Amino acid sequence: MLEIRFHGRGGQGAVTSVELLAVAAIEEGKFAQGFPSFGPERRGAPVLAFLRIDDRHIRLRCKIANPDVVLILDPSLIRIQKPAADLKPGGVIVLNTNKSIADTRREFGFTHTLAVVDANHIAKQVLGVPITNTTMLGALIRATGAVAVDSMTKPLKERFGPMASKNIAALQEAFEKTVVEEGKS
Amino acid sequence: MGHREGMEVSIAVSHAVQLARAEAIAAYPITPQTHIVEHLSGMVANGDLEAEFINVESEHSAMSACIGMSATGARTYTATSSQGLALMHEILFIASALRLPIVMTVANRALSGPLSIWNDHSDIMAAKDIGWIQIFVENGQEAFDHTIMAFKIAENSNVLIPTIINMDGFILTHVVEAHNFVDQDMVDAFLPGYHPRHTLDPKYPVTMGAFAMPEIYTEVKMKHQVTLMNSYEHIVKVWQEWGDRTGRRYQPVERYKTEGAKTLLLTMGCLGEVAEIAVDELRAAGEAVGLVKLRLWRPFPFADLRQALAGADLVIVCDRALSPGGAAPPVLAELRSAFYPLSSRPQMLGFIVGLGGRDVSPENFKDILKRAQEESSHGPTQEFYLYGVRG
Amino acid sequence: MSKPLDQMTWQEIELGAILRTPGSAREYRTGDWRSQHPVWTKSRCIRCGVCWTVCPEPAIIQEPGGYFDMDPDYCKGCGICARECVTGCIAMVPEEE
Repeated sequence: MLEIRFHGRGGQGAVTSVELLAVAAIEEGKFAQGFPSFGPERRGAPVLAFLRIDDRHIRLRCKIANPDVVLILDPSLIRIQKPAADLKPGGVIVLNTNKSIADTRREFGFTHTLAVVDANHIAKQVLGVPITNTTMLGALIRATGAVAVDSMTKPLKERFGPMASKNIAALQEAFEKTVVEEGKS
Repeated sequence: MGHREGMEVSIAVSHAVQLARAEAIAAYPITPQTHIVEHLSGMVANGDLEAEFINVESEHSAMSACIGMSATGARTYTATSSQGLALMHEILFIASALRLPIVMTVANRALSGPLSIWNDHSDIMAAKDIGWIQIFVENGQEAFDHTIMAFKIAENSNVLIPTIINMDGFILTHVVEAHNFVDQDMVDAFLPGYHPRHTLDPKYPVTMGAFAMPEIYTEVKMKHQVTLMNSYEHIVKVWQEWGDRTGRRYQPVERYKTEGAKTLLLTMGCLGEVAEIAVDELRAAGEAVGLVKLRLWRPFPFADLRQALAGADLVIVCDRALSPGGAAPPVLAELRSAFYPLSSRPQMLGFIVGLGGRDVSPENFKDILKRAQEESSHGPTQEFYLYGVRG
Repeated sequence: MSKPLDQMTWQEIELGAILRTPGSAREYRTGDWRSQHPVWTKSRCIRCGVCWTVCPEPAIIQEPGGYFDMDPDYCKGCGICARECVTGCIAMVPEEE
């Protein structure tokens, strides 16, 4: 089972992302659970969203305490939420940043496998707005292979209608531009 | 047969209500039930469901409107949660006493105070004596299946008792997961239209909800009690037919790895599957533990439970509500009462878990099993334990 | 009603305890409640029918000549007719008189 925890802020679309990815995984014939950190929704407040993908029915009904992957939509959350603190050994950090992998490792002391992409830049260029949730799905897929890139097309079309093609393009571009470096430990 | 699709469990439930061709809905939105009625309201507005949707100003009015609509002979649905169920309280008894087959989803949530929007069973446990059929589900698929089946159970001419499907708030309602749908033809064949025995029809006037003098009230209650207990056989038959059509089989009491188990966990709702994981791990380590899941809460399945727990020395009842000042939390109290007349019965210990949205993990269940076995070996120090409480 | 209430068994209770006989409340003689009853003074009665209109039961009968009287089976003796009578022609008289 693959357990992914999304770190974002209310309004950045973390919950939408896990829902889209869960639907894509289920379309592939897998089993998945996508759910938010339950509670009142507040724009701008740090939020978590959770995603499990497995080849069989998932029986767990608790939050993800020790994820295989953390995806960080907003780097300003790293100091607040310490997303990598409970990441499994051998886990993956997927980060939206315009900094290099070396600089990121130096700044935050990350030792896990690290995937970075400047999703803000891609989202502004392709979507015209700095909303990075669908863009970051491209980085996540590149770093983990959680689903096939093509599997995202249908859920994105169903969710965004005429806006889907831009989201698909942003996701595709992030998939191509994401840089991944194996963990040090 | 239908298709497989990933979607939020609440939305799947709203589709189940649509497939059941509900004709009348009155509901007031409340977290975490909101998505169900929001989608139903959308379906009615868009013409995807031919039903009357009455917007009301409270749950008290929602249930009152449901009673009125059901009394006219319409297939009636509503959903609520927590404070909403509490606000409906007095009307719930009237719906069952009038024998109106309303189907209601309760997205189980803690009752205030302190204010909590998160999941436990304190809402439904405060309403256990309302005279409705009450069923618990464990995952999205079951929520979907049981919503359709509930109409067939409630509307059976030998039953005619309103039915609640309990689904855990948030940890079930707000999760996107895989559902196997059934198609409309299958549902139409399974669930024919509702043919009420009496309706509000000026051509054949009847009085519903009349006053009952002391000379007759006891007899009315006896009839309700007998009918509710007898509904068991119809519930099982409906589940059997669904199983034959879909391959998905349900029992009033479900057993998981109980063969030869000396210690059994007992759960209700979606913590059952979490407990399965703990049982798997302990079984792999050679421990004789198993799990019993209580699906049918009303009518209480005495015979099935007595059979399921027969071989055990210790039964650990996991309640998700407290009965403040009472002898035991609600499920434990019920079980102890059911087993008291038996000459041989297992020891029963209660653990209250997951109050007000606190996570319960497989590790927690393993810990509970260990602690219960210790308590049992030296004689329990308490009647029941509030698991994980600090201090 | 098929049987007096205090003889019915639980098996005989109608579904949902509904009452299937329309107007079965007629069998309940509310006239037993009465401790006083209205008496009309015909000389002052203008046959306007206000008493007939306001009677909550309704337990006021119009007689062939257009004058009114109570229905002794159902009049509870509430006195509303006397209070509302336009000409003051209705008096409430204790039962024993």
